[in-house]
Amino acid sequence: MILVTVGTQLAFDRLIRAMDVLAGNLGVPVIAQTGDGEYAPKNMVVRSRIPPAEFNELATASDLLVGHAGTGTILTASKFHKPVVLLPRRASLGEHRNDHQLATAKAFEKRAGVFVAMEEGDLEKAIREAQNFDTSRQDYHASSNAIQNSLQEFLKQWVH
Amino acid sequence: MIYLILIMNNDEDIVILQGGSVLAVSSGGGHWDELMLLRDGFENYDVRFVTTSKDIADVNGVELFSKIPDCNQNQLIRSFLCFICALWIVARLRPRVVISTGAAPGFFCILAGRLFGARTLWIDSIANSEELSMCGQLSRTVAHECWTQWPHLAGTNGPRFKGSVL
Repeated sequence: MILVTVGTQLAFDRLIRAMDVLAGNLGVPVIAQTGDGEYAPKNMVVRSRIPPAEFNELATASDLLVGHAGTGTILTASKFHKPVVLLPRRASLGEHRNDHQLATAKAFEKRAGVFVAMEEGDLEKAIREAQNFDTSRQDYHASSNAIQNSLQEFLKQWVH
Repeated sequence: MIYLILIMNNDEDIVILQGGSVLAVSSGGGHWDELMLLRDGFENYDVRFVTTSKDIADVNGVELFSKIPDCNQNQLIRSFLCFICALWIVARLRPRVVISTGAAPGFFCILAGRLFGARTLWIDSIANSEELSMCGQLSRTVAHECWTQWPHLAGTNGPRFKGSVL
């Protein structure tokens, strides 16, 4: 099952429309959280909003996530150990107030488990790569040890 | 406050350890997700969380010490109220340390923490891959420590790079 999310702030019809077309051919169920989007998908299960607890369950059950290129999407994918496909919102298309997401996509595109589709035409390839991704790979696990240690040192110094 | 008194040997050395509290503050959304990824680091401490909505705390199994109103730099009155709330929270708890992953409400708690003698740490969001956030820039002077999660943004006078959550 593929879980698609546009985030909690703005609709992202370009992603939803492209995923609807693909969902007809991917051969797996696709659930899409669409926000206040206007496009009405035919090949996906659609929810405009999904409460957090239910979202967590769906994310756990999914094989991969597809979303806009916000760090929230990447953090969610990391939390649930799922590969993630990102499509950046573009300011020129009125999808966001700036091109921050292009920067985010570029900053994360080389990370293991992150697959960037710069345009909606790249989505199918990115999804296939994500489906073939082995989540037991060593380089996939969150590399947050350094910051955890730094935080521990800070607390040790200033609390006790 | 937790006091542990260790009496060593023949009562010659008395060591008093005082564990204080840690105030961990974050707005909802990505900022909160990042704080939750750092949560293990607080395990051995008396930590209290503050965020902008009780729902997201509940979902993560976090018992909130307090809710704080959300605000951003375009909302002067909300920001002022948020700061008053921050002062109130810090005055009640008197934490030893205030840590925030952003955004503005977290910054106000750090400012309040500073006023009440706490040690303060700002961790700029991993979303800011090109430059430090506005509150992050302010935190360079207001907070005792200011960290970025991108090595290329660190500098001798700037924020320090101490690792990243992703």
